[in-house]
Amino acid sequence: MFEDDQPRPLLEVRGITKQFAGVQALKGVDLQVLPGEVHCVMGQNGAGKSTLIKTLSGVHQPDSGEIRWEGKEISLAGPTSALDLGIATMYQELDVVDGLSVAENIFLGHERSSGGVLQVKKTNALARALLKRLGHGDLPPSTEVGTLSAANKQIVSMARALSRDTKMIIMDEPSAILDSGEVANLFRVVRELTAQGIAVVYISHRLEEIRQIGDRISVIKDGRSTANGLSVTDTPREQLIRLMTGRDVENVFPVRTPIPVDAPVVLEVEDLELDGHFERVNFTVRAGEILGFAGLVGSKRSEILETIYGARKASAGKVRVNGKPLRAGSVNSAVNAGIGLSPEERKSQGLILDEPIFKNVTLSTFERFARGGYLNERAERDAARGQITALELRPADPDRPARTLSGGNQQKILLARWLVHGTPVLLLDEPTRGVDVGARAEIYALIRKLAADGTAIIVVSSEIEEVLGLADKVLVIDDGKVLTQTNASDIDEHGVLDLVMKGSAA
Amino acid sequence: MSEQKTKAAEPRTDATDEPSSHKSNPVRSALRGSSGRNLGLIIALALLIVVGGVTSGDRFLNVENMLTILRYASIIGVVSIGVTFVITAGGIDLSVGSVIGLTTVVASLTSVQLAATQSSWILMVIVALAVGAGAGLINGVLIAYGNVVAFIATLAMLVGARGLAELISGRSTQIVSNRDFLQVMRSELLGIPILIWIFVIVAAAGWFLLNRTTFGRRTIAIGGNLEASRLAGIKVKRHLVYLYVLAGLTSGIGGVMFLGRTTAGTSTHGLLLELDVIAAVVVGGTLLIGGRGTIMGTVLGVLIFSTLVNVFTQNNLDTSIQALARGLILVGAVLLQQRFAARGPRRMKS
Repeated sequence: MFEDDQPRPLLEVRGITKQFAGVQALKGVDLQVLPGEVHCVMGQNGAGKSTLIKTLSGVHQPDSGEIRWEGKEISLAGPTSALDLGIATMYQELDVVDGLSVAENIFLGHERSSGGVLQVKKTNALARALLKRLGHGDLPPSTEVGTLSAANKQIVSMARALSRDTKMIIMDEPSAILDSGEVANLFRVVRELTAQGIAVVYISHRLEEIRQIGDRISVIKDGRSTANGLSVTDTPREQLIRLMTGRDVENVFPVRTPIPVDAPVVLEVEDLELDGHFERVNFTVRAGEILGFAGLVGSKRSEILETIYGARKASAGKVRVNGKPLRAGSVNSAVNAGIGLSPEERKSQGLILDEPIFKNVTLSTFERFARGGYLNERAERDAARGQITALELRPADPDRPARTLSGGNQQKILLARWLVHGTPVLLLDEPTRGVDVGARAEIYALIRKLAADGTAIIVVSSEIEEVLGLADKVLVIDDGKVLTQTNASDIDEHGVLDLVMKGSAA
Repeated sequence: MSEQKTKAAEPRTDATDEPSSHKSNPVRSALRGSSGRNLGLIIALALLIVVGGVTSGDRFLNVENMLTILRYASIIGVVSIGVTFVITAGGIDLSVGSVIGLTTVVASLTSVQLAATQSSWILMVIVALAVGAGAGLINGVLIAYGNVVAFIATLAMLVGARGLAELISGRSTQIVSNRDFLQVMRSELLGIPILIWIFVIVAAAGWFLLNRTTFGRRTIAIGGNLEASRLAGIKVKRHLVYLYVLAGLTSGIGGVMFLGRTTAGTSTHGLLLELDVIAAVVVGGTLLIGGRGTIMGTVLGVLIFSTLVNVFTQNNLDTSIQALARGLILVGAVLLQQRFAARGPRRMKS
């Protein structure tokens, strides 16, 4: 049945569908995973990747279609039956228990014990062996997991998968929480796994990553497979983007609009310091200008932003908006002066997930719609509807809970919040985290348009390419120090990295 | 306030880019949403009334007895409204019962009563409200600005306020002798005692405040996500203080009602009342982790418990059995809510 050079597929998914409360999340998805390959699954947010993962890990049961495992048709009644077959899933929100040790986490749910008494020594030894298989024999099994970095927690999660005689590991955007050095390490581990014959289903929308790690690619769009098992090396980037979004994305970054010479300085930051984090930060942002912070994870970019916003209290220095100084450590003073922040962690810092879109949009302004403390929800809804239309927010229903929206649309809620507020200064921390390629271009265009309308904007991103592509001016930051300040067009990614490397060497 | 921060952020981390999985079950969809939840409570209340009617007949089903139930419900009810706000914002107030005791003691002090006779009975009310609000202010400042966990801060107030009440009163009961005050508290309007009217007014005002005002919006927003609210420019700390003051204020009102009903002030007034209050709020459907609060639910929760007490009393059943039944109802109601809650069952991570 199969050609000689084609091994028998480990997993075959054919035409599975899944419906939730009237929403068709999967409309027919196919997937074929071979043993020992890295199979990338791509798709925009909302394409159905999460539902697919949960179907394969037994959390959801498909409405129709078939799943074959090692040639036999199976039905996954629950997460345990998937684990029993050898399918492990590494979710984005890592399911490790912070209070337990590395070894205890690895054997969570199938503890090594004799007569109910835990065998600590044996557990630690087994854990050490598993970690060694992943090239991390140096990670002490007795360390408390809570003290580990996100990258090492991932390793623990993978070791747990290995501890169960796993044949396939599904990784849901594993690189999302890692910096570039850690990603390289993750790739090493993934290669260790595949070398041992384990298949890895790698969910991501970072094209560059997929190029580096993937063997084959499948693409989902709107709950349907648009491509199956394409070879990574033979498929051009443009084709992948087209398969994911249904359209061509050529110029991801919008054209810079020249800033008028007489554009006033809106935001001034002078000798800003936060003890133990950063020192002597100086810059100004003019109306219509986008300033980018470029630097690696740990460069304290977000801390600078949060200090400007008053969410952290500066130990020295001044922040002025339109010449007026802000009170240090007061978010309220910043908001009143006209600064808006779109925080790094959208879900935990930005949104009230169970509240409707419109209440999230007016979270900073609902008082304006009220008279004598009496809320005017109709006016709020109208204001939100206006932004929904302007930003093409989907679904265009102001009463939908924020939780049900994709990352890109959740980001738009935050932009809408400050648009309604009408702030002259916007601080955007990782505005495209968790936002897929197609929606990214949209977010970029929105940010550029806001600048063109006269907003002073600071963009922070862990993707240097994004900062350079979007910003007019760039601060290169490393370890709480500003290394240089330059026009974005005068520096490239290599230039930034060079500076950072030199900075940390010095 | 880091504990509150993480509490606000963490409990809801399941999937985002897909709707939660609801089976389209008619019972489920009918019981989903706030009106649906209230419907469930109304059904429970109706069942209790039927049980009361069947077991006690006319002794239960008469206007006088219904008023008795409502009068019993009124004090717990008023305080529950205040506590609903605190819990909706993700906080907790364990001190309300003790604060009631303290307010009755202070408001019935000989000196206060003397001053009230010389001026107006209102003075006693004002003193009670001021003491309640003051206790709430201490709670709120400790929690919001002192970063003391709400559970601990109000636990300390629970113990401390009771102790202070005992100290002030010398553990003796002070009789309320102000005739005007007693007359007002004993008065009726349209055949309904004033205590019940107070409950109705506080509940209506609470409903309006929570659902129709910026104060209510702030409360729900803070409970839904404290950090996001703070970063959106809401004065979270100040608002938390207001919320505990509000709870203290309703305790003060409760104290006034106790003084009226019992014609005496004593440090044991309101003993363990906080448990009834929290039980009623939770049964009503307000989420203990914050972000969702319902005044209607709280009112129904209070009525369910007070009807239950009445049914048990009418049937001469032991108070121990009563306590057991209340415990079971509390657990049962929460289990049902989890099953039918708008967000779907809180899935366990496997």
